[in-house]
Amino acid sequence: MGTSKGEALIVDGKRLDGRKFDELRPIKIEAGVLEQADGSAYVEMGGSHVLAAVYGPVEMHPRHKMLPDRVVLQTQYEMAPFSVPDRKRPGPDRRSKEIAKVTKEALESVIYVEDYAQSAIRLHIEILQADAGTRVTGLTAASVALADAGIKMRDMVAACASGKIDDTIVLDLNGIEDNTGQADLPVAYAAGLDEITLLQMDGLMTEDEFEKGLKYAIDGCKTIYELQKDALKRRYKNE
Amino acid sequence: MSRAIVSKIEKANVLALAEEGKRLDGRKFDEIRPITIETGLYARAKGSANVKLGTMEVAAGVSIGTMEPYPDSPDSGTLSVTAELTPMSYEHFSMGPPSDDDIELSRVVDRGIRESKAIEMDKLVVESGVEVRSVFVDLWTLNYAGNPIDAASLAGVAALHNAEDEELGKLPVVKKPIANTFIKIGEHILLDPSLEEEKALEARFTVTLEDTGNVCAMQKAGSSNWTTDEILACVKIAAKHSKETRKLLK
Repeated sequence: MGTSKGEALIVDGKRLDGRKFDELRPIKIEAGVLEQADGSAYVEMGGSHVLAAVYGPVEMHPRHKMLPDRVVLQTQYEMAPFSVPDRKRPGPDRRSKEIAKVTKEALESVIYVEDYAQSAIRLHIEILQADAGTRVTGLTAASVALADAGIKMRDMVAACASGKIDDTIVLDLNGIEDNTGQADLPVAYAAGLDEITLLQMDGLMTEDEFEKGLKYAIDGCKTIYELQKDALKRRYKNE
Repeated sequence: MSRAIVSKIEKANVLALAEEGKRLDGRKFDEIRPITIETGLYARAKGSANVKLGTMEVAAGVSIGTMEPYPDSPDSGTLSVTAELTPMSYEHFSMGPPSDDDIELSRVVDRGIRESKAIEMDKLVVESGVEVRSVFVDLWTLNYAGNPIDAASLAGVAALHNAEDEELGKLPVVKKPIANTFIKIGEHILLDPSLEEEKALEARFTVTLEDTGNVCAMQKAGSSNWTTDEILACVKIAAKHSKETRKLLK
């Protein structure tokens, strides 16, 4: 996280894109967008556009990674080479692997993992266009795709980030805010269970700022949670 | 192309239908699936396109960078085509390094664009022998439904025609090479194979034609073979269909 130097990110009490401090970017969620996948979802959070696909439960490959008493959520997070202005070299890097790991764990916590013991569920998250918050957008999409695939879950997971720009706590950073802001706090939250399933942070915040940031993020997740449910209802109304 | 285990019943069904002059989805042997092309969908890319060939869907993005030219061509920009049969798009595609099929797909699409001289490479020189622009075309399958070559090729060409750069302006793209893929089932030749047909294929053949009707790339695949007459017949059909498909590209 850089420090806020140069251009101001907040002018006259408003953010550069006109949003209030606790306002999410426009969100679009669509369930069941891919024919081959058992479940899928497309999510736009402002300029971040993400596809998620789920296959399974399927046989575990490689077999030695099979767990006797629970399912393994094999998770891939990938940024398409054309999702960023400077081409992203294809293939997993350390960042993608870390995001896949925390995403997997955030979702396994709400899946009835023991009901699919010895199997795998494959989850693929593809970032088609990146404008900050891709991991949380991916998580929101993944959760809808899992539900669309009929995987038994205790709850849905919604995710968004809050952060700090120009010494102010705000919700859902966009690309410019993320690049030049002071802190980023991605959160995933299961609203029905009132449980946090992912929490990361980088940058500098006071304790009070963190508390405010977390509240913003959880409120944001609650809004997204409703949009996720709407998307699933629309999907099955159409059938 | 598919690594799926082929059901003998499915394969027999495709063949039995072909014997009656029919296809599973009701198309004629030389009929392609409906095509939709959307361009400029991915705002971070210099150019982009989404192509659907039936439900076979490919996302394409163009990135432009700079590099030192290759020593043997100091006055030419460079092209690099990368295609991925993503595990997202089909149950039987796995994660990991590029498979043989990924690489074949990349290279067949690359040849069509490169050999047709679709991009005016001499206009991509920043300083002769020192710096040239490098064009990357990335082709990502989103939903797999057979015949990735034709869909990816179309997506790549559409994205190139959509591409522009702040410094360069519009990317100088002057041709629209069109790939046409056939498969052979029994004695029958089918254009634009669906996933079910592809699973039953004995041999595959792709021919790419550029705007003036020249053939610019070919690829035979599959463990069975073609006769000379069959190949010539494919080229004739491809020449006719390329003209129709090219009209869909703006």
